[in-house]
Parts: sequence; structure tokens; C-alpha cells
Amino acid sequence: MSQSFLELSLVSMAFKTRQGPFQALSGVNLRVEKGEFVSLIGHSGCGKSTLLNIIAGLYHCTSGGVLLEGREVNQPGPDRAVVFQNHSLLPWLTAYENIELAVKKTSEGKRNKAQMREWILHNLKLVQMDHAMNKRPEELSGGMKQRVGIARALAMEPKVLLMDEPFGALDALTRARLQDELLRIVANTGSTVVMVTHDVDEAVLLSDRVVMMTNGPAATIGEILDVNLARPRERLALATDARYLSARKAVLEFLYQKQLKAA
Amino acid sequence: MTTTATLATSPVPKEPAAARKADAVTNLGAVAAAATSTPAVKAPAAAAVPPTPTAKRRPAWLDTLSDYAAKILPPVVTVALLLGIWELASSQAGAALPPPSKVIADTKDLILDPFFDNGGNDVGMAWQLMASLKRVLYGYSIAVVVGISLGVLVGQFAIAMRGLDPVFQVLRTVPPLAWLPIALAGFRDGNPSAIFVIFITAVWPIIINTSIGIRNIPNDYRNVARVVQLNGIEYFWKIMMPAAAPYIFSGLRIGVGLSWLAIVAAEMLIGGVGVGFFIWDAWNSSRISDIVLALVYVGLVGFALDRIVSWIGRWVARGSSVN
Repeated sequence: MSQSFLELSLVSMAFKTRQGPFQALSGVNLRVEKGEFVSLIGHSGCGKSTLLNIIAGLYHCTSGGVLLEGREVNQPGPDRAVVFQNHSLLPWLTAYENIELAVKKTSEGKRNKAQMREWILHNLKLVQMDHAMNKRPEELSGGMKQRVGIARALAMEPKVLLMDEPFGALDALTRARLQDELLRIVANTGSTVVMVTHDVDEAVLLSDRVVMMTNGPAATIGEILDVNLARPRERLALATDARYLSARKAVLEFLYQKQLKAA
Repeated sequence: MTTTATLATSPVPKEPAAARKADAVTNLGAVAAAATSTPAVKAPAAAAVPPTPTAKRRPAWLDTLSDYAAKILPPVVTVALLLGIWELASSQAGAALPPPSKVIADTKDLILDPFFDNGGNDVGMAWQLMASLKRVLYGYSIAVVVGISLGVLVGQFAIAMRGLDPVFQVLRTVPPLAWLPIALAGFRDGNPSAIFVIFITAVWPIIINTSIGIRNIPNDYRNVARVVQLNGIEYFWKIMMPAAAPYIFSGLRIGVGLSWLAIVAAEMLIGGVGVGFFIWDAWNSSRISDIVLALVYVGLVGFALDRIVSWIGRWVARGSSVN
């Protein structure tokens, strides 16, 4: 059996609650290849964020395991950098310092001081935030904070970039702009990305594969959709593209017919 | 929770209303100035609004002056009123306490020469206050180090919390002076005992507020630290201290206030040089005016201590109270 870049096998997760254990995930199998962009989509509470946190190593799954390049994941680390939903920038540090904190560790013995500074600036430029490098998060808009959060994650040079609803807290216009930029950045860096989202368009636009999760408890992967759209992708061109629309319809059908949930 | 906890929820003091009002006044002035400085442009809107006499250009120094007046006048008026009432009440025949005019007349020498030194306890007010401040400085410094360390321990580790918190909750209700006899028995000397009383008074709010601050560090920051793989020392300095700083400093502020409250009482009992003993000595020699003067000084120094710690806190915690 050939080995995948990132491999989840029979991942199950139970949380202890006052009413006894709650089975959040049950028997999740997933293989992600290098350079692939995979979205996890599902109704809220289906455990998609839990799954991402397990890949990140922030949670320990109760059974099963995660292998990254054949090595077991059992603690968080910069090789699986996370872009958090609410940016999670440290408010007492500037944009530059926030990235510096993350890069210091991964640069040890690899870059000298000047190279490290250059690397931080390079990543700030990548998300077009070099103009605000000396600003604190409170001086930045929501979209700008998330840009810095993405730069921080990219600067760690992760093997897998994990994104937990990265654009969920942004308004629709800002979200679209950041999605376009993420497309551009990922095309340049060739990053492997696993992204949690609840936005169907976002999932189809950005991903190579959309992993659709069933409703909890004991959620697992329901269907996996291959999005066979050429890159680079153009938002406007795709709006009328038949393959795009059918992919979008497939995800919608899964979410609103097969997994309809009483709100 | 007690006062320490409720105070902890508002670590950054609000801007005084008077200052904001003053800003508004300045802005209005600026708008009025801008409106009148372009009279040549014939705008229909300007024609619709007839110029009022108050819209005349006011010089900037007048605005600054009125700003200051708005801030300074109310407290000055209040103090003058209180002094007036006191003067009237104490000037009656058979009044037990001296009026302000008599206080000033009696203590003129003390006020004018705060640095005299006739040996023994007979030294100027500045030296008395210095002696008290020195004890507070020692006791409070120890309380800061011990309090923050224990607070971090209790805030970070649930097991330490379970073990130590009941002890803290009981001990912190013991009044400061109740510790003095135990301290005297242990140290067999007045000065270290007074310092110990300061320490034991100030340490509880520091411990409790620090631990609340540590427990309230958002999970996101912990996750960031874990992904970046900060070690314990890096986590302490880069995440824990800045994130908890507003809470820690509200504990430090309460602590310094309590220290100053306790020192006067402790010094009354241990004797020697110090503002507490000065007050007790004055009472024993029926120098009521000296007591009044000492109270004024104690109040002013306490106010200054509070301001200093609050100022340092605001400087250190700049940015970290905003999420």
C-alpha cells in the first residue's frame, strides 16, 4: 500500500461531558497528497474543526492516528501551521513581531538575523501587508488581521497549512478578495492545504477536493467531491462554468438533501 | 468574589468625563473657527445659517486655558468648601479639634522645614515619610515577587489551585495588625515585623488577581504558543505576562494601597521613626494639629503611590487589554 503525504486512518474522537462521553468523530479515513488543497465542509457541530485540530495536534484523537510523511502526529508544531478563525494575533505585538515570534523557532540555525528579517518581510509582502508591519492588531481591519495571520502561518513553512474557517468572520467582499489572494499564494508556494469552511462557493472555488462530512454525533466523511477545474481559477469566469455549477450543486445537495439538519 | 475580583474586571481606568467634555469644547471651537475663516466663499449653506456671536474666532490659548479650568476648578472649589465648613465648625467655643487656620499656624515649622534632624525620633516630616516609604518598599517588593510567582502557579496549574486556594482564602481575611504579634515573636525586632506586615497585607490581592489573569488568557493564545512550540520560559515572557498584565497590575494597585494603609497602623505599635509613630507620638503629647498635618501627608503619599503603580501598569499593558 502506497503512502500518502498526510494520512488519517480510523480517527475517532470522544469528548468527556457531564452526560458521559460524546462521540464527535468516528472512523475518519482521509488521504491528502502533497500540494493538494482539500476543504472540509459540513453543518456546524459536525466535528470538522475537531478534525482539523487533531491534524494540528492540538487535540489527541481517542483512537486511530494521523501520519504526516509517515510520521505520527501527536503534538502541535510549525510543520502544521494553523490559521485560526479569529486571527489569534497577539495584541501586544506588531504585525512584524507576531510573525517574528512564529519564525524565530523555525529559523534557528537556518537563517541569520538579516535573513530572518527578510523572510518576515517577504511573507508580509506576500499578503500585501508590508505597509502595516509596525501596526498592532487593534489598528488593523478584520481582513488585514487575517492576512497577517496567513502570513504568520506561511512564514513557518508548514508541510501542511491548516485553516479553520479563515474567512468566516469577514464580510462577503473582503472574503472574496482574500480567497482570490489565497488562490494566488497557494499557486506560488505549492502549499498543501486543509481548510475547514461552511461556505460552499469557497470550498468549490479553492479546492482540489471537497470533503463533505455527515452530521454528528459520530460524524464521519460522507462524500468526497473532486473539483476538476483548471487553475488558475477566475471567480467571474467560473460563475457560469457548467463544471463549477455542477460541483457546487453536488455539495449543496449533500448538505441540504442528504444531511439536512433541523436548525 | 470580593472587592479584588470586581476591581480586577476594570483594570484600565476610564478617561475622566471632564476631559472628554473639554475635548468636545475644543472641537466645537475648531469647527467654528473653520466656518468663519472662509467668509469670501459664497456658499448657500453658509448663507442659510446666520453667524452667531459665539462663532467668533477664539484664540487657541483661551481654549487651552478653559480646558485646564474645567479640570482644576471643581476639585479646588470642593476643597475650599470643605475647609470653610471645617473652619466654621471648629471655630465655635469649646470645639475639640483645631480649625485649619490653627493647624497651619501650629505646624508652620514642620511644613517649612521638612528636613530637620534633631536626632532620635525628632526629625522632619520628610524623614518620617521616607522611613515609612522604605518599609513599604521592602515589604511591597517582596509581596510583588512572591505574589506574582504564587499567582502564576495557582493560575497555571489546577492542582496547585486546589491545594493552595483554600489556604489563601482563609489567610487573606486575617486583618494586617493581627499578624504583628506573630511577626514580633518570630523576628524579635520591630522593623522586620513591620515589613512582614506590609508583605502579608499586599500579597493576597496580587496572588488572586494574577491567577485570575492567567486563567483568563484566551485559549487562542495558548494554541498559538503550542503551534509555534514556545518553551516554558518563552511562554511566560511572551504570552503569559503581557496577556495577564492588566489583571496583575490591578492586583499591584490594590496591594500598594493596602500596604500604605497597614504601615501607619503597624508603626503606631512598633515605634521608632515613621509617620505612624509620629501620629501616635503627637496624640500622646496632645499635638492635634501635627496629627492633622500628618494625615494630609499620608493621604497625598498614598494617592501618589496609587498613581505611580497605575501609570506603570498602563505603560506596561499598553495594547494588551484590546483583543
